[in-house]
Formats: sequence, C-alpha cells, structure tokens
Amino acid sequence: MRDVAVIGIGCTKFGEWWDRSFRNLFVEAGVSAIEDANLAGEQIDAMYVGNMSAGRFIEQEHIGALIADYAGLASEHIPSTRVEAACASGGLAFREAVISVASGMSNIVVAAGVEKMTDVDTSLSTDALAGAADREWEGFAGATFPGLYAMIANDYIHRYGLTREQLAQVAVKNHYNGARNPIAQFQKEITLSTVTNSTMVADPLRLFDCSPITDGAAAVVVAPLEMAKKFTDTPIKVLATAQASDTIALHDRRDISTMDASVAAGNRAFKMAGLERKDIDFVEVHDCFTIAEICAIEDLGFCKKGEAGKFTEEGATALGGQIPVNTSGGLKSCGHPVGATGIKQVCEAVLQLRGEAGKRQVDGAEIGMTHNVGGTGATVAAHIFGRG
Amino acid sequence: MSVPRFWRKIPQRYNLEGTHCETCGRYFYPPRNLCPDCRREGTIVNHTFKGVGKVVTYSVIRTASDQFSALTPYVLAIVELEEGPRLTAQLVCSPEEVTIGMPVKGVFRKIGAEGESGVIYYGTKFAPM
Repeated sequence: MRDVAVIGIGCTKFGEWWDRSFRNLFVEAGVSAIEDANLAGEQIDAMYVGNMSAGRFIEQEHIGALIADYAGLASEHIPSTRVEAACASGGLAFREAVISVASGMSNIVVAAGVEKMTDVDTSLSTDALAGAADREWEGFAGATFPGLYAMIANDYIHRYGLTREQLAQVAVKNHYNGARNPIAQFQKEITLSTVTNSTMVADPLRLFDCSPITDGAAAVVVAPLEMAKKFTDTPIKVLATAQASDTIALHDRRDISTMDASVAAGNRAFKMAGLERKDIDFVEVHDCFTIAEICAIEDLGFCKKGEAGKFTEEGATALGGQIPVNTSGGLKSCGHPVGATGIKQVCEAVLQLRGEAGKRQVDGAEIGMTHNVGGTGATVAAHIFGRG
Repeated sequence: MSVPRFWRKIPQRYNLEGTHCETCGRYFYPPRNLCPDCRREGTIVNHTFKGVGKVVTYSVIRTASDQFSALTPYVLAIVELEEGPRLTAQLVCSPEEVTIGMPVKGVFRKIGAEGESGVIYYGTKFAPM
C-alpha cells in the first residue's frame, strides 16, 4: 500500500441555504478544494461522494453522476461513486478515496460530502433521519433519531450518574469553539441555562442537546504522499483509516451506551497508525447529540467508561485542555448536513495540522483524529492524520 | 409516510412471535433467520414469547414524524423480554409513570394508519404490569 496525503480542502459555510441548490453547494466546496490543491480538474482520477438521503430531501438520486457533471468533469468520464452510510457517509467516502489511492488504482481522488436538508419540513426530515436506524423494527414503533439517542442518554444517566449540567457542558464547549469557526452554522457562545431551558425534544435531550438540520458541502483531495509535495508545501498524511459495523438497531447492542463499532474502529485506527491515545493532540468526534460526544470520548479511549461527564466538566476536552474535542464546534455548532459531516471533520483536522485554524488553533498540533458515526452506531469511520 | 406493504404480512409483528436457535439456545425478537453466533450451524425455529419483560431504557418523544405527531408526547422504550431479546416499542402509560426496570407486558394495539382514510396497521405496545 502507498502512503496517502490530503493535499486540498474546501468547505461551504454550513447553514440554512434556502436560496442555493444542492449542486451549487457541492460545486463551491469542490472548486475550493481543487484550488487549494493547485490542481487542474482533468488531473482528477476519481470521485467519491458521501450523501445520505438526497432522494428524501431533494428527490434526487444518482448523485455520483450529478456531481461529476456539475463539477465539469462529465467530459472526462471519471468514475464518480456515491457512498451511503447515513451520517457516516462522508467518513466512508473519504475512506474509499484513501483506499483507492493507497491501492495504486488512482492517483488524485476527490472525496466529498453534501446534504441539502432544510427544504423539507421538520416532520419529513425527522422521518428521513429515522431511516438511519432500523426502519422496520424501530421506526415502525415511533422511534425518532433524537428519541434513540435519548434512550442512550437515559441508560447512561441511570448507570453512571451523569448530571444535566455535565451533559449541557458538551454543547456549551462546542458552541464556544464554533463561535471561532467561520463555517459554523451557529457562531454564538451559549451558557448552561441556554441548554437546560431549551425545548424538550425527547427526554432528557433538549433542543440545544441536538445538532441542527443543515445544508452544506465539503470536499478534500487526496494523493499519494510521494506526489503530494508537487501540489502543496503542507501535505497532511493519512496515518490510519478504519471502519467498523454493529447492529442496525439500538436494542440489539451488547451495551446500550457503548458503541462497540467506535471501540473497534478506534482500536483498528490506533493499531494501523502505531500510536497510542496520548499521542493524539485533538479529536473531532461525532456529537450529533451531546450524549454522543460523552460516549465517543470513552469509546475511543480518551477517558474511562462512566467518567466523560466529569472529564468534560473539568475542561479536559476544551481548547487548551488535555485532549481538545471538536475544535471546529462539532456537529452541534457547525451544523450537521449528514453526508458532509465526515468530510468537514477531515477539513478541520487538516486546518489544525497546517496551523491554519485561527482562534481555535491547538498549539503545536502534530497528530489529529476524526470519528464519524452512522445511525446510532451501526457504522463508524475513524481516521488519524499527521503532518506530512 | 406509508409503510412497505409486506410489513403488514409479518405475523411476528402481531403476536410477539420470534425465533429460537436450538443450537446455542438464544432467542430473537425481532425474528432472525440466521443466528449471529452459530450462523449456518444454527437451527432456527419459531418461538412465541410470553410477552412479559422490563424496561431497559426509555424516552418521551415530543417531536415526531407526521405519522406519530398526534400521539405526542408518547413513551418509547427498549424492552427486554423475559426470554432475553430486546425490542423497541411504545409504552401504554404516562411519561410520569415510566421508570427503568419497570415490569411490562405486551398488548395488541393500533400503531398507525396511512393517511386519514388509509389502511390501519397494528403491532405490539407494552403496558405496566
């Protein structure tokens, strides 16, 4: 296998884009990634596009071809493939791009993610997102996506005594970071009471425990490390790519509040990179709900099971803490255009490792990690990056 | 949302019928035709559950899809049947009543309907014992 590097990144601002189209968002992200990599379009060998549910959100399928076409690459006839794994679609699209380059099958590959979610009402988006879980045996019974994570939260609270304030602290921290990220949907700091006084969505999760419905696109360009210096002075090396699966339904899990797929993907990534937890300078985890970040930092091994609430409350996951978590603002503050999130996480890791993260820069960041979850933990992608 | 028609033809949805692997002794609900432990070595037979269990975890759904919005707030739970398997179902009780560990029993209920005059579909909910 060849070593692979990220040589370009691009991301739209995340938000409610009622005046912009799906293809318009994608083209902006794709073009900025290609420009960032100093590439000509015809140098691209292949594309992988993460998208969860364009069929439900904008009634468009065949996304791979659509994007190749509007990226101006239909005349080049490059292979363009849609990758779908619910909210982990982006992370898996990135992994496919890395595998393609590592194998020697391709040289320059674009991995993108895009979702346009705000053009349908809340009821339909709730229904579309419920498809990330087991539609036949969870959705049928009236399970919503926040409802499933709420059941994880209640299980966790019951067993480990997590407090309401500790859970809210995840959102406060991520909004603090997001207020320092120009692409974030919400760029305002919030307080604990903002979270604890917000509308109840599914007990115990309130509106500010949940990531929002968002439009956005992100794209990155990967290339063999040996070629990367031709395009950029700051290639970011992909030290590990890992993926794991688990049961589609939450009720079939070994442990309701441990995502075994996160544990497996994390272990595989650390093994592949030959690194330990203490080597990681920052991590972007999948905080679709505040409880998800609590589980993620435990499942990836950054603190012991049951201790993430205290760990968060003490500031260990904040900027300047022991292991800064979600310096971008996470899904919570950046917004969560489901197919794009996994790629946006890679963009943040690259910015941090290049030293270009501005007011949210982690001092001296050398090694970073991303963690992208599909559904309630049925798919997880984990990646580790280092300076090239 | 309309549900795929074949779901209404799944008898296990109405009767808490699942499956049992005679090779390793595990019970499954929802039913599986392949045991995740024994895989093709497993001998899968149908099994009717007693229909009693306990609440493993729960939530109170306050924002739902159209199909369930008239029911909000409703209690959703993961229930562990006495024989071992877990499933997701609504509880027929008030949000104040539910606790983790609460004993419950399966009851036959209407789950939803396709549109105002559409086909009604049925399934199992759980009530406190």
